[in-house]
Amino acid sequence: MLKKITCIECPLGCPLSVEMEDCRVIRVSGNKCPKGIIYASSEAENPARFLTSVISSRGLSLKMIPVRTDKPIPKSSLAEAMKEIKRLTINRPVKTGDIIVNDFMREGINLIATRDCV
Amino acid sequence: MITRDLVIIGGGPAGMAAAISAHENGVRDILLLERDQYLGGILNQCVHTGFGLEYFKEVLTGPEYAGRFIKKLSAVPAIEVSLKSFCVSLTREKEITYIRPGALERIRAKALVMATGCREKTREMTHIAGTRPAGIFSAGLAQKLINIEGLLPGREIVISGSGDIGLIMARRFLLEGAKVNAVIEIQSTTRGLLRNVVQCVEDFEIPVYYNHRISRIRGRDRVEAVDVVKVDEKFNDVKGSDFRISCDTVLISVGLIPENELIEMAGGMPIDGIFQCGNSLRVYDIVDSVSKDSAETGRAAAEYLKNA
Ligand SMILES: Cc1cc2nc3c(=O)[nH]c(=O)nc-3n(C[C@H](O)[C@H](O)[C@H](O)COP(=O)(O)OP(=O)(O)OC[C@H]3O[C@@H](n4cnc5c(N)ncnc54)[C@H](O)[C@@H]3O)c2cc1C
Ligand code: SF4
Repeated sequence: MLKKITCIECPLGCPLSVEMEDCRVIRVSGNKCPKGIIYASSEAENPARFLTSVISSRGLSLKMIPVRTDKPIPKSSLAEAMKEIKRLTINRPVKTGDIIVNDFMREGINLIATRDCV
Repeated sequence: MITRDLVIIGGGPAGMAAAISAHENGVRDILLLERDQYLGGILNQCVHTGFGLEYFKEVLTGPEYAGRFIKKLSAVPAIEVSLKSFCVSLTREKEITYIRPGALERIRAKALVMATGCREKTREMTHIAGTRPAGIFSAGLAQKLINIEGLLPGREIVISGSGDIGLIMARRFLLEGAKVNAVIEIQSTTRGLLRNVVQCVEDFEIPVYYNHRISRIRGRDRVEAVDVVKVDEKFNDVKGSDFRISCDTVLISVGLIPENELIEMAGGMPIDGIFQCGNSLRVYDIVDSVSKDSAETGRAAAEYLKNA
């Protein structure tokens, strides 16, 4: 089976042709760099995205503190992850990269702050 | 009147890169004026990833990308940063007037870098017929409301224009629990990056109507619906193709234009000793190129001061 997808790893957005056999990727073409092949495999077998959002704070200089997952999470769990994020508030100063939730969506993926806030 | 060697107006990625590079190239008296209470410019509200791949070889969000430059800049004592400092006038002699809390300042610069960014086009809004109810926002304003203020300005959204900001806001609204009923694009292809079409609308099965335009906004106090019509290759409406989409919010995402009021006030470029960079020079898609090019501008300003 031939699948056509767009690589989203960089702004070039190469059009990829992905040849699949039994749900496995056997050949990728159209990529201008090796990252396209890795992307095609994960996209075809288990699509994942970085989740970015903001968390409200209490008593800090910024009203909302931006956060992201430190690795891409399965596309299918984005909605569930957002629900979790909406339940959170931050009430202590954070530095960029600080872990807000350890092992956020299991599989060792953390939720981290993306801006300093005092 | 005090004279400073180099004044930079705007503390976004362009202004910061210019300041750092000017210092590296020998300028020892630098004043950076920023009207906001933070450095970073538009990046602070761009909490999505997609920054820094070229410059840092990493996937970063806007605030993370800005943070790296803020850190670098703060480590240089020769760069004085004045926040909450809004420049209101500029002359050809490079006299600058700015307002900061409790004071109106006038200074002269030997060299000046303009890095005031861009603003969103709103002109095209006026071509849309209908009422002017509440619930019409530019995409960038909606981004600021959600990501900085923590307010969700609508529950059922239609987006006019498929530029990057509009696409990114489609996903943002959806993740926040709103419904995004449509993206309407008058051209036959997106104006944004393909990757944003994939990860912001296709991922969430948001319908994109190419070759369509909003012909009317409906609603009395609040937006209630939009009328949408198909257009032909000459952008003329196709008769009888109209349909209605209900929504309480319309986002306008039809492009950006350089912010150059101060330069216009001074009679327009070229002006001896004034340099422009970043989005105030031309609208960039990728911030990495802003940083790279603006460093060149900082170097050029340093050269100018050496020869002055
Ligand atoms: C919504 C949006 C999404 C984007 N997404 C991406 C992306 O995913 N990836 C990517 O690489 N790029 C992206 N970009 C592009 C990138 O962010 C911009 O090209 C870059 O931020 C431009 O930097 P700048 O310094 O020229 O302008 P800005 O960041 O706008 O900074 C200008 C600064 O000047 C200040 N200023 C203006 N006028 C005055 C005045 N009179 N006095 C004092 N200060 C003043 C402003 O307050 C502001 O801080 C995006 C841009 C936008 C708008
Ligand atoms: S294949 Fe490489 S060059 Fe092409 S979009 Fe993907 S990352 Fe970018």
